[in-house]
Amino acid sequence: MEITTKNLAYTYQANTPFEHRAIYDINVSIASNSYTAIIGHTGSGKSTLLQHLNGLLQPTAGEIQIGDTIISSEKKQKKLREIRRRVGIVFQFPEHQLFEETVEKDICFGPMNFGVPMEEAKKKAKEVILQVGLSEDILEKSPFDLSGGQMRRVAIAGVLAMNPNVLVLDEPTAGLDPRGRTEIMTMFDKLRKEQGISIVLVTHSMEDASLYADHIIVMHKGTVYKQGTPHDIFSNPKELIDLGLDVPETVRFQLKLEEKIGKRIADPSLSLQDLVKNIQHFFERGNGL
Amino acid sequence: MMEKMIFGRYLPMESFVHRMDPRAKLVVITLFIGVIFLANNLLTYGILVLFTFASIFASKIPIKFLLNGLSFLFWIILFTFFLHIFFTREGDVIFTFGWIKIYEHGLQQAIFISLRFFLLVLITSLLTLTTSPIDITDGMESLLNPLKKLRFPVHELALMMSIALRFIPTLMDETDKILKAQMARGVNFSEGSLKKRAQSVVPLLIPLFISAFKRAEELAIAMEARGYRGGEGRTKYRLLKWKGMDTLAALLVILLGGLLYVFRS
Ligand SMILES: Nc1ncnc2c1ncn2[C@@H]1O[C@H](COP(=O)(O)OP(=O)(O)OP(=O)(O)O)[C@@H](O)[C@H]1O
Ligand SMILES: [Mg+2]
Repeated sequence: MEITTKNLAYTYQANTPFEHRAIYDINVSIASNSYTAIIGHTGSGKSTLLQHLNGLLQPTAGEIQIGDTIISSEKKQKKLREIRRRVGIVFQFPEHQLFEETVEKDICFGPMNFGVPMEEAKKKAKEVILQVGLSEDILEKSPFDLSGGQMRRVAIAGVLAMNPNVLVLDEPTAGLDPRGRTEIMTMFDKLRKEQGISIVLVTHSMEDASLYADHIIVMHKGTVYKQGTPHDIFSNPKELIDLGLDVPETVRFQLKLEEKIGKRIADPSLSLQDLVKNIQHFFERGNGL
Repeated sequence: MMEKMIFGRYLPMESFVHRMDPRAKLVVITLFIGVIFLANNLLTYGILVLFTFASIFASKIPIKFLLNGLSFLFWIILFTFFLHIFFTREGDVIFTFGWIKIYEHGLQQAIFISLRFFLLVLITSLLTLTTSPIDITDGMESLLNPLKKLRFPVHELALMMSIALRFIPTLMDETDKILKAQMARGVNFSEGSLKKRAQSVVPLLIPLFISAFKRAEELAIAMEARGYRGGEGRTKYRLLKWKGMDTLAALLVILLGGLLYVFRS
């Protein structure tokens, strides 16, 4: 399912003295089975943009097309149910949304809201709990007896259980330990490759953005500053650094090394393997120090 | 939907009313609430309306914004209006329609009482709009201080109030977040049968309570960790300062009271 925005803008509390324009002039598109990363400073409007992707917020100007449905600033939209199911959003700190007595019930909550029968929802719960890297016996526990990391995974499972075509994630790894981070990130990657789910990821980790995404959107002060492949985005690392954003550590390392030896090694390396290979090639080409 | 509410909100700006001592504002409002009951005819209500709108003008709060924010009160005012118009049976009948009879006094009462209610809400909203919650509680605490001699827990009350006021916006934000998270999971808060809608509140309330309790606990620990031991011997970082204009404002309301007393019938 494809999502496209056209001059999308959103103003919080429009027409009051508290009026605040959070995003404007947003033109982005999220292709089927793609992996999009949204990066940008805190307050740049990432979360606001996300809430348009399943119609939680209605644009105050411009429009957004989700599949066949167009949501514009003008008219009130009615058929949001199907969109809500097909675009699953996992918010920042999703563990705050858990409320049922058992993990199983909480995971079944989403699908059952969309009319899936209980038995089927339970089957789905078993399936997704394994996907998020937990064991089946956790289903009978109370979500409030779990650790923070486990709660996070249960919350993600709750959204996965709705069978979305697009999975939108707002900083899903914030506050997790390094191993948990890698596990969760690998899981999203697998979901896309094995089930064809599109992923939209908001992240502060440039490493994650460069490693997993095929399209990166850089938000700055409420609008899109730049977008393109990780290669496009990180090909000019100084620009991002000037914006106050980070770049992947491999890119940073290469930049420092190039500054030190006063020569260009190669295009920015987006992963450790790339970096090693690029440096090897560089020296093999006879560039001694 | 919650965005439009202005009840209990603070609008930081620069104006005469914003600069007033919160104690003066509290005194003015208390007096005003007493004085408003003196009005009983066209002239006296006219003076009240003049005073209220002069205060709004002095506070530089846009009138349109104020009225928009209070639009939810419209129904309550309308209800009061009709209550009085139908149930007061004094004076001459001025209008008959089937079994409905409208009396002269009824109409007058309906207009006056709705107006009184409206003015009260306007003036009290002006207090919260122009005074930060901290200032309101500081002012309250300072005004109630004499009650300490009677062992009335003034400090605790003020602390409770300031914490409550401080956390209203936080809780609103939290509600908004959880609401959206559950809507993303297919809850529809605005459609379906009454029973369905009542049920849909559960996924909202449980997370909200849990986070409120958690916050309360964390706040208590944080306060203790920083050495809070109750109000005994505690000094204030922010001092209130009663200025000439505060006396002036208080005198103005007393003058208003005098005027109403003279002109009431
Ligand atoms: N409910 C709201 N009411 C008013 N303003 C808001 C609201 N939510 C966000 N904003 C404002 O909109 C702007 C964009 O906020 P948003 O949450 O989209 O940023 P973000 O890029 O997600 O930041 P972060 O990285 O911290 O999550 C900010 O200036 C914020 O203060
Ligand atoms: Mg955010």
